[in-house]
Amino acid sequence: MDKAPKTVIFRGGGFAPKSRRWVGVLVFVLLILFVEWGTRSGWISSLSLPRPSDVLETFIQLYNSGLLFKHLGPSLSRLAVGAIIGASVGISVGILIGLFSYVRSGLVPLVAAIFPIPKIALLPLFIIWFGIGEGSKYALIAFGTFTPTVVATYGAVDNVDRTLIRMGQSFGLSWWSIVRKIVLPGAMPGILSGLRISLAIAIILLVAAEMLGAEYGIGAYILEAGSLYDLERLFAGVVVLSLLGVLISAVIGIAERRLLGWRT
Amino acid sequence: MDIRLDGIGHSYDDFEVMRDISLDISSGQIVCIVGPSGCGKSTLLRFIGGLERPNSGRVLQLGEPPEGCLNPLTYIFQDFALLPWRSVWGNILLVLEDHGIRRAAAKEIISDVLARTKLSDFAKALPKQLSGGMKQRVAIARALAVNPAVMLMDEPLSALDSQTRELLMDDLVELWSRKPFTAVYVTHNLAEAVRLGHRVVVLSRRPGKIREVVEIEKPLAEREYGDADLDKAQKYLWRLMREEARAADSELLHG
Repeated sequence: MDKAPKTVIFRGGGFAPKSRRWVGVLVFVLLILFVEWGTRSGWISSLSLPRPSDVLETFIQLYNSGLLFKHLGPSLSRLAVGAIIGASVGISVGILIGLFSYVRSGLVPLVAAIFPIPKIALLPLFIIWFGIGEGSKYALIAFGTFTPTVVATYGAVDNVDRTLIRMGQSFGLSWWSIVRKIVLPGAMPGILSGLRISLAIAIILLVAAEMLGAEYGIGAYILEAGSLYDLERLFAGVVVLSLLGVLISAVIGIAERRLLGWRT
Repeated sequence: MDIRLDGIGHSYDDFEVMRDISLDISSGQIVCIVGPSGCGKSTLLRFIGGLERPNSGRVLQLGEPPEGCLNPLTYIFQDFALLPWRSVWGNILLVLEDHGIRRAAAKEIISDVLARTKLSDFAKALPKQLSGGMKQRVAIARALAVNPAVMLMDEPLSALDSQTRELLMDDLVELWSRKPFTAVYVTHNLAEAVRLGHRVVVLSRRPGKIREVVEIEKPLAEREYGDADLDKAQKYLWRLMREEARAADSELLHG
């Protein structure tokens, strides 16, 4: 064995994605530049995609005319009221399903039955029940956020470490204390990641809710632009919804860092 | 306050895990329960503290718990069972809050137990910042805070490395010497049993029965790492258990 020593080849590493801050922004910028270049040089026809700079111009017009906030105001209030009702009822029902056998046996099949219903299909029904005004819009958004929140919440309650609950019982904590101090904080990671999904669904349903009986609202604006085949305005509206989604996701991210700093 | 086990037997469906276990646990003593895996030692401990119900037999409490005892039967768990979202202080406060002890009264108790477990500097730390040994000391501090009549310790050192285990055994001996407590200590580690136990109860393999109760006379404070008397006791225990452990090891689980 008198050969020259060989370095052992490194074969570990990888499989541990980290967040690289500006890469996400870079992807957006490159994509937009690509479309801009394509539409300017003519190989993307203006019928198939609007020019990003035109969309921006439309957006600026929208902002300057003050119409942006006229549309955004009602939309945000519909989103807020609907999502708050849906999420809070969803979390409460999810916790009850997670804690009580009868509630679980009774409601899990029901939730499974209403989860796959496209809530948009029920809009006429909601209009009959809650009127053409704001009521039906709140109901549609609330109903849409309710089901995913329930499923995420009871899953999260199921995943709370049982040894912690046994510990609580062994120290003689009351039932209510165990729920409040052990089950709820233990389920919080799952509830928050469920909210990410249900709030995104709430934004999707916002457009559906504004299909009927809405003069103002981002959804109404998009639908009107769509029916006139005005792609610049359609995209300006879509961008607003996207930004709203990014914003909500960021807010949940902050909440996670605040509330879940204890996680390893 | 003493604890009496009176003819405890238990089975899951038609799978018998223990049979006719009777035992007295007297005040101020540490009773260690050892046995091969699957003999139901941890289940027995859950019966004693009322976390599970045996099919037959009774667990009796003889006499009243001492004055100022908030939670007579208090567990220390193998995996510490600390709330990861509460600080060391908050974890101990948790078990006081439900007894209506808050603010100054709670502060006094918590400061005292943290000092006794040498954790005073870590009151604000979260569990994720602590080593395994420190986490178990927090769990011990939490148990001390409710001033238990009997401590029920379920393999408290099994999740720790052997050096930390030695250190914690010293801590436990020191705590006991300063203020003797009653404890039932379940372990599969015979070295721990002979180091900490006044009596060592050897269970047979499933269905668990009491095979023998071994008394260890030497005072706790005089027992040391590598002590010849303890070695002898440990060898004796191992001889009792060896065949059982081998047989238990070659059985199918829930077969």
